Amino acid sequence: MYRYDGFDREFVHARVAQFRQQVERRIKGSLTEEEFKPLRLMNGLYLQLHAYMLRVAIPYGTLQSRQMRQLAYIAERWDKGYGHFTTRQNIQFNWPRLKDVPDILDALADVEMHAIQTSGNCVRNVTADHFAGAADDEIADPRPTAELLRQWSTDHPEFAFLPRKFKIAVSGSPIDRAVTRAHDIGLRMIRNVVGEPGYEVCVGGGLGRTPMIGSVIRDFLPEADLLPYIESILQVYNAIGRRDNIYKARIKITVSEHGIEAFRESVEQRFRIQRETFAGEHQALLARIGAMFAAPVWIEAPTGAFDAALARDPVFRSFVDTNLHPHRNPDYAIVTISLKAHGATPGDATAEQMRVIAGLAERYGHDEIRISHEQNCILPHVHKRDVPAVHAALREAGLATANVGLASDIIACPGMDYCNLATARSIPIAQDIATRMKERGDERHIGDLKIKISGCINACGHHHVGHIGILGLDRAGVENYQITLGGDGTETAALGERAGPGFAADDVVPAVERLIDTYLELRSDDDEAFLATYRRVGMRPFKAALYPDTAAAAGR
Amino acid sequence: MARAFRPSILTANDLLDGDVVYLARDGAWTRRSAEARLFEDEDEANRSLAAAESQEDAVVGPYLAAAVPGGQLGPEPVHIREALRATGPTNYCHGKQTGR
Repeated sequence: MYRYDGFDREFVHARVAQFRQQVERRIKGSLTEEEFKPLRLMNGLYLQLHAYMLRVAIPYGTLQSRQMRQLAYIAERWDKGYGHFTTRQNIQFNWPRLKDVPDILDALADVEMHAIQTSGNCVRNVTADHFAGAADDEIADPRPTAELLRQWSTDHPEFAFLPRKFKIAVSGSPIDRAVTRAHDIGLRMIRNVVGEPGYEVCVGGGLGRTPMIGSVIRDFLPEADLLPYIESILQVYNAIGRRDNIYKARIKITVSEHGIEAFRESVEQRFRIQRETFAGEHQALLARIGAMFAAPVWIEAPTGAFDAALARDPVFRSFVDTNLHPHRNPDYAIVTISLKAHGATPGDATAEQMRVIAGLAERYGHDEIRISHEQNCILPHVHKRDVPAVHAALREAGLATANVGLASDIIACPGMDYCNLATARSIPIAQDIATRMKERGDERHIGDLKIKISGCINACGHHHVGHIGILGLDRAGVENYQITLGGDGTETAALGERAGPGFAADDVVPAVERLIDTYLELRSDDDEAFLATYRRVGMRPFKAALYPDTAAAAGR
Repeated sequence: MARAFRPSILTANDLLDGDVVYLARDGAWTRRSAEARLFEDEDEANRSLAAAESQEDAVVGPYLAAAVPGGQLGPEPVHIREALRATGPTNYCHGKQTGR
């Protein structure tokens, strides 16, 4: 695990001290809101519908138990006893008071955390595969790369005022769990034909108003060239990215307006110069960082307790079915803790639940916790013999919902219940769908289905890459929900296709059920997932199910 | 073309805790939309908005939000967003809901 050095510690604390003075000056009236706003945003502090909101970075989604406990403490001491985990591996506190925020930031700095780069037109919190360092399908741990990028990008003077925000994701596996194709830069760690490590670099992906799947700008970038190459991309973007129109300022627009070939040519040209300016210290740094992410010392013990529980306990069996993933060490498992209890707010955890998770990580999980962009929590390294005990403890804490990857494991942004930009609510829609799925009782039979909900066009809820995507809009002051189908955020990334006119809030759950029932009728067998069926049969039958009246009219 | 004026309440967020506030009939800021003053006259509304914009040490981001007279409950905001601001989030009994 990365540990702050003296420089990091001093930097983060100095930043808090600076912000403390800025808050004092704002409260005393010597800073106007116009002056203060960019300063607070640089420290992750937003003003939302009902209150301030503090967005805290969880770099590459990795936490230790002491950090999770500190988040619990912050939630209780300065907020309303809970936190909201987001689709960018951040945690948001929805109710802090302005004067308390410097204290909260100090409390975070004490455990090597901060809210830097969670807002503004800079390189944002770098995200990574939440199974990093644990998955059996991984080529290499993406977190050292993510940490190197964090150190390089933090307060980088050249990139403090980019045309727009800039999001980078890193995956170390051919299975893309980090939605890399929907990022400004997506990095996939690969090896070339002779086995040397490097990256496939994608550029210009993104969701939001103009969703795009990223294009490959370099199919193999040697590991040592990472920083000069990324720097070259950012330099080109900084120079030619549009600043005249906020909606055309993201790099995806730059790439699509200039074309990937021309953009690549500019980057390569810049790169030839840039590479000479890097002497190699960054590679030594990467090696030092890499050493800190060394795998834990695995426990060697029999796994009989796991097999016995599996044979004996059907509740445990169903938990194992959905919430466990194969670990690189066959005696271990990756345990996902669902923050999607049916009817609860997706991604929310109470302080008490955070403490339970911290305790389990400490006792059974080599002190590691991950936060996924799917708004769940993960214990990446649990020896199989301990999984029954972990499951029992989770059940007691109301955290054993066995629905990971199923219809009720919904991504939802905060929507108009909290967010200033939202045009409709997301959370109640997610709650209603999940509650209905529990009533139906067949989500296991339905299988792999990703429903993603955004409360506005900015798409924090990733609706474009949901198998079923739901976008909440404002139609003359009334909430209205558009449905897209066939989206995919993985290595087979695709943008969902809009099905047709939107639905009133009350009609969304029945519409989703019609989609699900249509799928169940059409699937070739139980193993054909929703997305596969959609890809095979296309939009038509689903559209007919969504709009039966129109379909009947067309048939006459 | 400028949009026709609709009767409005004047709302903002409190500087210190971010809570939603409304300009009350007595000219003070209140946390309750029921106590908000409903402006029927456009000029008067704009004058009050300009005055609020200079109260940087008390409120953030004042603006006019369309509302209708709501009888005993006071003015009722027209837009769903304003209705949510007036009551608090749907998913928890937090914010303004707890104080009532």
